Amino acid sequence: MNKTEFLSGLKKKLAGLPENEVEKTRSFYLEMIDDRIEDGMSEEAAVAAIGNIDDIVKETMLELPLTTLMKTKMRPKTRLKAWEIVLLVLGFPLWFSLLAAFVVVILSVYASVWAVIISLYATVAALVLSALAGIFGGLFCLFQNFAASLFILGSGLICGGIGILAFFGVTALSVWLVKLTGLFLRWVKSLFITREVEYEINN
Amino acid sequence: MDVQLKKGLLETCVLTVLNRGDSYGYQIIKDASPYLEISESTLYPILKRLESNDCLNVYSVEHNGRLRKYYKITDAGREKIRTFLESWKEVMTVYNFITEEMRSSNNE
Repeated sequence: MNKTEFLSGLKKKLAGLPENEVEKTRSFYLEMIDDRIEDGMSEEAAVAAIGNIDDIVKETMLELPLTTLMKTKMRPKTRLKAWEIVLLVLGFPLWFSLLAAFVVVILSVYASVWAVIISLYATVAALVLSALAGIFGGLFCLFQNFAASLFILGSGLICGGIGILAFFGVTALSVWLVKLTGLFLRWVKSLFITREVEYEINN
Repeated sequence: MDVQLKKGLLETCVLTVLNRGDSYGYQIIKDASPYLEISESTLYPILKRLESNDCLNVYSVEHNGRLRKYYKITDAGREKIRTFLESWKEVMTVYNFITEEMRSSNNE
């Protein structure tokens, strides 16, 4: 394969992606091939050294935001035939509900992860608030009922201590949860990409 | 090697190469490949990710009648190397423990 064949093949496989994305990817690999040729390789060898077009496409796709990827994959490669349009319209109740369910499942995973994070921080906020209330409340009634105010003051300080410790714990936990959602998103994206590859093999 | 682990190692490796001085794609691969298996298709997403995380800046330089993209490490990029070294201290302690332990159990 020569340089022109490689670049046009890459462009074809990336078709449907945003224009600037395709151009950036193309110019990166062009620079790589030119640099290898300058280093003394033949054009064929330089192209071969870059690797498989499918691997490049897969890596590029995995880095895209999910919405862009879905738009790219959903766009038909050839114009729809009349019967395909009829089928699409008639099948609307079926495919639309399936698609909606898919989106809702992804959204709910996200929502639950964020709900956990928010509730953890709410607990921390509640602890800190009760610490402030305890300290001020305790000082306030110091001269009315000494024992009770001492108890309130102590409880306030305990809440404060737990609150500060919990804050660090919760921060570490949220970082981990956010990483987990990232992995989940990557998995969702890979569902699309593997399907596409299988589809091409079957044809 | 685990995918996530390799991704982190590659990112830091690329940043370390850039810490020597600004460099371009092919040169980065040549500098990093003695230490890690790295190809164009793995380098491209890494550079993209590092750029969007503000760990590096990109500028173009004309070279032999064509444009070549150069990458420059930022302060955020250097900070990332430092964080890497810090967190790997722990890993190395465990690594040393395991190798020592295995060596002594093999000698017995």
